[in-house]
Amino acid sequence: MTAELGELYQEVILEHSKAPRNFRRPTSANHEAEGYNPLCGDRCTVYIDMDGDKINEIGFQGSGCAISRASASMMTQMVKGKTKAEAVKLFEQFHNLVTGKDEAARAADLGKMAVFGGVSKFPARVKCATLAWHTLQSALEDEKKQEPVSTE
Amino acid sequence: MTAVTQPVLHQPLSGKETSPLDIEKIRADFPILAERIHGKPLVYLDNAATSQKPRAVIDAIVHYYEHLNANIHRGVHTLSVRATEAHDAARETVRRFLSAADTREIIFVRGATEAINLVAQAYGRTHVTAGDEILITAMEHHSNIVPWQMLCEEKGARLRVAPIDDRGELILDEFANLIGPRTKLVAVTQVSNALGTITPLREMIELAHRQGVPVLVDGAQAVPHLPVDVQALGCDFYAFSGHKVYAPTGIGVLYGKRALLEAMPPYQGGGDMISSVTFAKTTYNDLPFKFEAGTPDIAGAIALGAALEYISGLGMDRIAAYEHDLLTYATENVGALPGVRLIGTASQRAGALSFVMDGVHPHDLGTILDREGIAIRTGHHCAQPVMDRFKIPATARASFAVYNTREDVDALVKGVRKAHEVFA
Repeated sequence: MTAELGELYQEVILEHSKAPRNFRRPTSANHEAEGYNPLCGDRCTVYIDMDGDKINEIGFQGSGCAISRASASMMTQMVKGKTKAEAVKLFEQFHNLVTGKDEAARAADLGKMAVFGGVSKFPARVKCATLAWHTLQSALEDEKKQEPVSTE
Repeated sequence: MTAVTQPVLHQPLSGKETSPLDIEKIRADFPILAERIHGKPLVYLDNAATSQKPRAVIDAIVHYYEHLNANIHRGVHTLSVRATEAHDAARETVRRFLSAADTREIIFVRGATEAINLVAQAYGRTHVTAGDEILITAMEHHSNIVPWQMLCEEKGARLRVAPIDDRGELILDEFANLIGPRTKLVAVTQVSNALGTITPLREMIELAHRQGVPVLVDGAQAVPHLPVDVQALGCDFYAFSGHKVYAPTGIGVLYGKRALLEAMPPYQGGGDMISSVTFAKTTYNDLPFKFEAGTPDIAGAIALGAALEYISGLGMDRIAAYEHDLLTYATENVGALPGVRLIGTASQRAGALSFVMDGVHPHDLGTILDREGIAIRTGHHCAQPVMDRFKIPATARASFAVYNTREDVDALVKGVRKAHEVFA
């Protein structure tokens, strides 16, 4: 594998894509949204149990590539227990990271998710990495979205 | 660039040669094939999305703008006459390429999509009323689905879909049963862009005609790979895009039987499509100009002519035979890889090889291959109903052109193995 490919498909990303965490619908979920990337057909549904302003429980389901599955899996681990505002801020940092706008984000709040920095070398894959996050944002907004949120 | 040669527009089109093609010589005709991608030689296997352009086509565009450029059908000046003659000659080249009876049956459009929309609007809106039916197949590209859906919605008509089997072949009996007294038009692909299936067009057209139903053929994926004779097929309309057959983007063709085209109202209004205009009454121009409102893509049409001359010079029968051998080689070798499942295993196929892989999403495969210099398409290929039929979100698709070689297939196989190693 070339160095750049190695950066993209880091071990932790491959591991999460093969065995995604929180890959389920929590029974207590009271918010959900469906995300869709029309370019590749990837789908992702994010379920949240919101306790006031806090993400009490979170899960996701859907089909997608390794990048989108790993991103969704690690995102659920990261935002669980966070407030809505904190989650939205993390998305902003994550977006900056994968679009190569903010290398400093690696060292900041993103923790393990900094492994997605390699995505910035693959512009065609940015939407894979952010699909779950777009869907999370939509789920945070509404209790139940009628229209799927699109990456386009 | 040093010499710019005028494209040869009047050499007889050939098509029956049986000697093998000189692929190395053909590859040298395509400048882009010398590109390196991520330091590796380009292996371009995304021809069903768009083909690369030979030097003859690039030269035709340059030659047009350096020596001929003027608006057509207008001026008395020399350049306008030259441009008009070259544009007319391109139309004649298309006619010969399709074996159409008359150049008036050749309408220049932007591409297959616009050709189909033209028929849906000009023919469909005139002939389709509430309760009527349009019949398509389950393997159409979105461009041969959505225009009919729009028409059906407007008219209160019904879109019927002939099913395909697990190999991706049309179920001809079911197709036949769906043609009834309410069927106003059959719109079918000749070659599926997602599956590579060649449809049994002659039988389908015969079945439709037996009930007096006209047939539109989406030939976008057929024209680069198979000899096409619209008169032998007997189809009523035939649509294709230039850019998939070695010509530039933005130019395409609608063939229509003259009697049908004569009876159709114009598609768009404007200049060139009229004989006379007063504020009280406009008289429309004759065919084909009635359907070509506004200044057309003159350079594009001339370059399309050059592309068709180029492949006709190679011989469509020889191209078909060579590509058939290449697709068979690819099918055998990619199909034998561990974890690979081919999507679309019809007995008659052309152009494309679609597949999925256990544990490797097509998108990830596409990225790994790209780093090897190999361009394939991943996704739903603008044929989401086909994906739904096979219960998959996406496939990886390698699609071939006359400049592809067994070495290209070997590179693909090696790249797929590599992806398997990364994700296994």
